[in-house]
Amino acid sequence: MDYAAIVFLEIVYMIAFLALASAGLAVVFGMMRVINLAHGEFVMLGGYTTLACVQAGINVYVAMLVIAPIVVGLIGLVIERLVIRHLYGRMIDTMLATWGLSLLLVGIVTLIFGSSAVGVPTPIPGYTLGAYQMGGYNLFIIALAAVVMVGMWVVLRHTRLGLIARGAMQNPEVASALGYDPKKVYMATFAIGAALAGLAGGALAPLTGLLPSSGGAYIAKTFITVITGGAAVLSGTLSSAVMFGAVNQIVSFASTPVIGEIAMLALAIVLLRLMPQGITGRFFRNST
Amino acid sequence: MIDDAPSAGRIRWGWFIAWVILMAVLPLVFDDTHTLSLMAITALAGLSLALMWGYAGILSFGHAAYFGLGAYTYAIAAVNFGESTVPVLLSILVPALLAAAIGAMMFWGRIGDVYLGVITLVVSLILFKFMNATAGDAYKIGDARLGGFNGIPGFQILNVPGDPSAQIFGVPFYYVIATCLALCYLLCRWILSTAFGRTLVGIRENELRVELLGYDVPAHKTAVFTIGAGMAGLSGAFFAMWAEIVTPGVFALGMSAEMIVWVIAGGLGTLIGPMMGAAALTLLKLMLGQQTVIDNSLVLGAIMVIVVLLIPKGIVPTVAGWRGRRERSVASRRGQASGRKRRAPTSAAGAGTGSAP
Repeated sequence: MDYAAIVFLEIVYMIAFLALASAGLAVVFGMMRVINLAHGEFVMLGGYTTLACVQAGINVYVAMLVIAPIVVGLIGLVIERLVIRHLYGRMIDTMLATWGLSLLLVGIVTLIFGSSAVGVPTPIPGYTLGAYQMGGYNLFIIALAAVVMVGMWVVLRHTRLGLIARGAMQNPEVASALGYDPKKVYMATFAIGAALAGLAGGALAPLTGLLPSSGGAYIAKTFITVITGGAAVLSGTLSSAVMFGAVNQIVSFASTPVIGEIAMLALAIVLLRLMPQGITGRFFRNST
Repeated sequence: MIDDAPSAGRIRWGWFIAWVILMAVLPLVFDDTHTLSLMAITALAGLSLALMWGYAGILSFGHAAYFGLGAYTYAIAAVNFGESTVPVLLSILVPALLAAAIGAMMFWGRIGDVYLGVITLVVSLILFKFMNATAGDAYKIGDARLGGFNGIPGFQILNVPGDPSAQIFGVPFYYVIATCLALCYLLCRWILSTAFGRTLVGIRENELRVELLGYDVPAHKTAVFTIGAGMAGLSGAFFAMWAEIVTPGVFALGMSAEMIVWVIAGGLGTLIGPMMGAAALTLLKLMLGQQTVIDNSLVLGAIMVIVVLLIPKGIVPTVAGWRGRRERSVASRRGQASGRKRRAPTSAAGAGTGSAP
């Protein structure tokens, strides 16, 4: 019974992890049809921002929930102005440029923080469940992921801001005729996507540890979660996070974590093969 | 780019002979054959991606999968056979077969550009993760222990066919690679001069139109994907001999990124450009590796961003455009559409905006 509860909690945690880490990428891809391959590095930057704040004596929750999103959001804003805005509508070029950006960011962080692994202390102690010791911080991640998902839903569906954003994405000409500058909307959307990545990075840093290259660990998982999920920001991300999270953890429990991850990746290939036209057909019709 | 299509199969023999002479003379000028060999190896890998991406419009985000698989196949087979001839052949065959299977799955499944990128990327990641986890005695193929993170050291390097004791290294090894590179270049040129090659270029320009003309698009794409993977596998085998160890690093994301940078920096839609890009950036990387001030990935990333933003055509076509084709380069700069078209050649939108006459 306890073991079943543990397995269940681990599955929920994995789902929350995927949803939280993918939220920023999903916003940017779902709303703007931009695939940001530097997303993993945004997550990594969130982690390093949290680390720097904690070392400076700032409360860890303030660091991860407030400062990390703001800092990474601002970095995203600068990157959108310098690079991304020149490439709208050119999906492959955007992927290449953001891939270059990711390498660039890894290089910069290596210069600043060095290339050795560092960690942020876990602020919540573990608890015991029956005969098992559990990390209490996992529950915090699950709660945070739920809050982020609900928050995104409320903003997108029930606020004027979300309405403007959705309108500008669906038809930039009409939005601009009505007085909303699509360029500003794109800019804000990209910055918000980056901020969400920073939030995820800050929150996940105590669990995963930090390396300049740790963005690479996120990009594959978040990439397949978002792409397989499809263009619908929330339902797509959630559904594929549930599927991949469950498969990953169940196979991991049955064999090893590595096989679990391989099973998740293999499932992604199968799903993409079964739904080949989904996003792509949609994307190309909208962009040009 | 588009004007490149009719002459895609034509070789400028003068330039080719000059290039071969250059490759032959280089070891006499520079003592460092180790570096020269690596440059030739990466040029071969760049050539394989240049064929697939530049001419057939297939952008593989995980080309390192085939390069790495070639390296691993060679190492495993060389440990088992104790000689190099069969392992080299296997290192071409195994990646080609994997690519044929994956290509058939993707191309008959009508998978679009973006999905194709995801799938090729995921394949390389699966290999990377798997190879990293193969430490211990449980994972061995024949006599070869896969070795997990530490990789496979100590296998037979290239030898004269039929005589395992006659090992080839140093200057002769460089000449073997350079010869293979020149032969592969001729092979690519020949492929592009055939009806098959012309159809490939047609697919890149307008997939729907070629399909409606009655050509079997998935078969063509799978075939060129297989050829490119085989060539990448061969360069992987040379890389294994060069490094004398194979580690899971050959499958890493950074490896795939490097290959893409070679091609876009050198010039998409040419064969010579990516080879030059690969050789030059390999040299740059080795030079950067000798100092610790600037991180290597910083430079690589900066080059990638700058090239995509400022010289989306790549260096070779841009320079070629300066000489004698001024009016054309002005025309293509006026409408960025041509650059956009080229990078997303198989898009359904291409049918609507249709640029090719």
